[in-house]
Order: sequence, then structure tokens, then C-alpha cells
Amino acid sequence: MPVLVYTESDKGKFKKNAFEVASYAHKVAQELGDTVTAVTINANEDDILGTYGVSKILKISNDQLDTFNAKAYANALTQAAEAEGAKVIIVSSSADTKFLAPILATKLNGGYVPNVVAAPESTSPFVVKRTAFSNKGFAHTEISSEVKVIGVSNNAFGMVENNVSASVEDFSPALGDADFTTKSVDVDKVVGKATIADADIVVSGGRGLKGPENWGMVEELAEILGAATACSKPVSDLGWRPHGEHVGQTGKPVASNLYIAIGISGAIQHLAGVSASKTKVVINNDPEAPFFKAADYGIVGDAFEVVPKLIEKLKEFKAQNA
Amino acid sequence: MKILVCISNVPDTTSKINFTEGDTKFDTNGVQFVINPNDEFGLTRAMWFKEKQGAAVHVATVGGPQTEPTIRKALAIGADEAIRINAEPTDGFFVARQLAEVIKNGGYDLVIAGRESIDYNGGMVPGMVATLLDMNFVNTCIGLEIDGSNATALREIDGGKETISTELPLVIGGQKGLVEESDLRIPNMRGIMMARKKVLNVVEPVDAPKPTQDQKFEKPAAKGPVKLVDADNVGELVDLLHNEAKAI
Repeated sequence: MPVLVYTESDKGKFKKNAFEVASYAHKVAQELGDTVTAVTINANEDDILGTYGVSKILKISNDQLDTFNAKAYANALTQAAEAEGAKVIIVSSSADTKFLAPILATKLNGGYVPNVVAAPESTSPFVVKRTAFSNKGFAHTEISSEVKVIGVSNNAFGMVENNVSASVEDFSPALGDADFTTKSVDVDKVVGKATIADADIVVSGGRGLKGPENWGMVEELAEILGAATACSKPVSDLGWRPHGEHVGQTGKPVASNLYIAIGISGAIQHLAGVSASKTKVVINNDPEAPFFKAADYGIVGDAFEVVPKLIEKLKEFKAQNA
Repeated sequence: MKILVCISNVPDTTSKINFTEGDTKFDTNGVQFVINPNDEFGLTRAMWFKEKQGAAVHVATVGGPQTEPTIRKALAIGADEAIRINAEPTDGFFVARQLAEVIKNGGYDLVIAGRESIDYNGGMVPGMVATLLDMNFVNTCIGLEIDGSNATALREIDGGKETISTELPLVIGGQKGLVEESDLRIPNMRGIMMARKKVLNVVEPVDAPKPTQDQKFEKPAAKGPVKLVDADNVGELVDLLHNEAKAI
């Protein structure tokens, strides 16, 4: 029985996490001696998934699914899992997928474990390592139900190439009015800008920046790096930046390759929320700021002097490495 | 309108996290427990529905007797009645089954839970409850209006927000944005006194499977010391990020 993976796309184009979950599914399938079947919804160029070890693709093309709908998507995935007889289902940790995964797990009578950061430690019993306590700890969790739904953390397992040739089959799940009882009436989304969830680099500002009028240099730094912008909790509470930028324990979690904190002292809740980032840089004029204990690189100095210099040096670097 | 707010009893956000009994249990020693922040935003929004639209607001938690101070706090904030399901909440599906039983028996129109608890971060209970009871469901909800049986919810998505139109009965996975941080209420003495007289029903759990079990916990590996770069030599940081960290 194949391992099933839901590979997410946005306007037809696969998200980065689609390749990460496909890579993870391939690893699990290897352990179990099975193959990987991916489900795609209104995606283009499905066969690229073969690069990451997917040997069969169930391709769903349905106009009703152009806009994400958790219940309808979960129902479609449930039918795909049943058609394939899949017992292990791999999904991502995007906002949309965290919305649909509990519905999917319940429909399949399965156990669901989100925030998984590594390949299963064993498959009998089936044990995975996940983050808990908002990244202040890890749990080793056994899934004892027959059907298992595993949510892989962003940027944790990585993309691993395993070239196989993928066959594409059209799949048409039966969906009815009952699946569309929540209706999307408006989507207000920033286009053409990296989001905190998907960005490789996140540049974040804190109260040390003194006011919303000083965010120009944060945005400029982010633009040079192709980074998403974020902020600390006090900054969002003060209304200097939108709530969607608040990262930390009660805001968004960050799992980027690089996290740059400017004028953020590093409250325990903030550090927890960003701890999954691979490399952390802090720029702060207070050498006693707790963030220095959590960071990989630090500059003690006035952000208003350091950041413009950093922008200048990065421009030089980009020019040389273009 | 009858609202149930589901509450998790969690360690305060400032808590240091330690494990005990051979790293198989969370060490509650010296830890202050609070209403899960994501649930508290929902509770506060429920208070608004109570005051402006005459809703009845009940709260429920799955937990042992040690969770009662947290439940009493929710009553002191203004909930009318509380239910404690007397079981340890070790698995998300198990918790969802318990809450589904309470919701079915209580005839609630609107169920507000937090997007996730800040301790085990499962983020699955609201979606499972909705699916078990075939109720509508909106996750990562940052705004909610109810007009008769119609609901308009604002949902946070990656990189923006989405407006959703749906109907009661409805389950919400809420978070900050449902109300602002400054809207949160600290119980006053009158609220605390009244909370002592309010009904807190203790019910025994129904049989339900626990498909997941946490076997062992660990703390993140200790981090090496920070590498400091001189503020006059910012170029060195660019060099380190490129050559050493391979981050740019």
C-alpha cells in the first residue's frame, strides 16, 4: 500500500513544501518497502514530483477547488487515500494544510501528529519526533492507529532528490454542496512578496526601532535578501505593524534558513517562536539582550547605524555574486 | 445563541520547560498555569456576544481537578457556567470526542476553541470536533461576526487574510485578532466572588481511542555561544553568512 502525500500548489505552481513533503514521503515509503502516491489539486507540471521520489500522481482538476476549501479538500484527499488503500498520509504545515489535516484524520479514523521534524524513528511501533511547547521542547510520539496522518514542519526535513518516473492518473473525487458550506468571499493576500511561512529568510524588527516610520530600512534589507518582514509582539500590539507579521509563541512560528532580528531583545516567547530557524542573527545595542544567547551571530550596536551598513555590504555582495 | 468556549489549561508563556520521570512527563513544578492564550482571545470575543447579542456562554475543559483554578478564572471573566470533563488530555482525538459529547448534549450553536494550545501545539481539536459533529469550521480565525444564523469569519492565511461566509452551528479555531490584546479582561473582585457561586459541572469521560501517545520528551540541544561581529566591520557578517552559515 503506497504512502500518500498531499503536494500543495498555489495557482497551479507547487509550493516549496510540496517537494519537502514528497521527499519525506519517499523516506517513509523506503522504510516500509512501499511506493509514493501524490495527490495534486489543480496543479501544473505534475511530473516534476518524480524528481522527489513520487511514482504515481492522482491529479485532481476541479474548478470548484480553485479556492482553498478545507472541508472539500479534506474530502477529496480522504477519497484518494481510500482509493489507494493508503495507511500513511504525509502533509505539510502550511496554514491551509493545518486547517484540513484534522478533518482528514477524523474522516479516516486516523491519528494525526503535526510539527514533525525528522524521519520516523521506527515504523513498528510508528514513532515520530515533533516539536512541542512552542519549540521549547520535542516529543517522541507514537501513532498507534492503523491510519496515520503526519504533518511535516516547514524547512525541517528538506528537499531530497530521488528520481523516479511518475505516472499521472486523473482522479475525480465526488464532491457535493455539503462540502462547500463555508464560502470564501474575499482573499486579501500580498502578491509578489515572500511570506513568513514560505520565506527562506525573515527580517524582523522590534521595539528598538522606536516607531513605525523607521521600518523603511527593515523593508529595504528584506528586499535585497528576498526576505519576508516580521515583527515582535510589542510592535504588533502597538499597531506599528500588522498582526500577520507578529512572530513568536502566540504569533506565527518561523522556520526559515536565516532569521535576522533587529532591535528585538528576545523575550522567551519570541525566542520559542523563531527557534526552528537554522541561522539566527541579532542586531541590538544592548549586549545583555537575551537574544544574544539564542543567536548564532550578533552585532552589538545601534541598529540605525548597523542596518544601513549591512544593506550597503549586501548590495556589494549581491553585485559580486550576481 | 448558546456558545461553548473550549479551554486548555497551559503553562504560562514565560514558563521554563522541563521534563521529569525519565523525560516522560512535563515537569509542573513551579509552573504557573493559565487559560491558553488562543482560547482567551475566543473567550473575550464570546463575552462580547454575551453583552451585545445576549448569548449564553459556557466553558469546557478536559482535565483533572488541578485545572479548576483556570476554569474559575474563565467564570470570573464572565462565562455563565463551566463543565470539566474529568480526564487527562493526552491525545487530541480523545479530547475532541469528549468535547463533541458535551456539545451534542448541550445544543451549542457556536463553539470557540483556540487555534492550538501553546503546550502540545496539536492544533487539531477544533477541526476534529467540527468533523465529528458535522458542524462548519473556520481555523486561524481573526475576526467573527454573527447575524442570526449567518456567520462572517476572517481567517489568517499564509501572506494575508480571507473572509469566509458560513452558517451556525459553527466551530472556530481562534487566535489573536478575534479581539486585541488590550481587550483581554482581568477578573475583578466582584467577578471572582460571583465565579465561586457559578455552576461547575464535573462529568466523567466517554470511551474514546487515543491514537497518539507521547513516549518521551527532550529539550532542544544547548546552543553554542554567539559569534560577535564588530559594528564597524559589518562586511564580516555578510562573509560569515555566505561562507560559514551558507545562509545567503
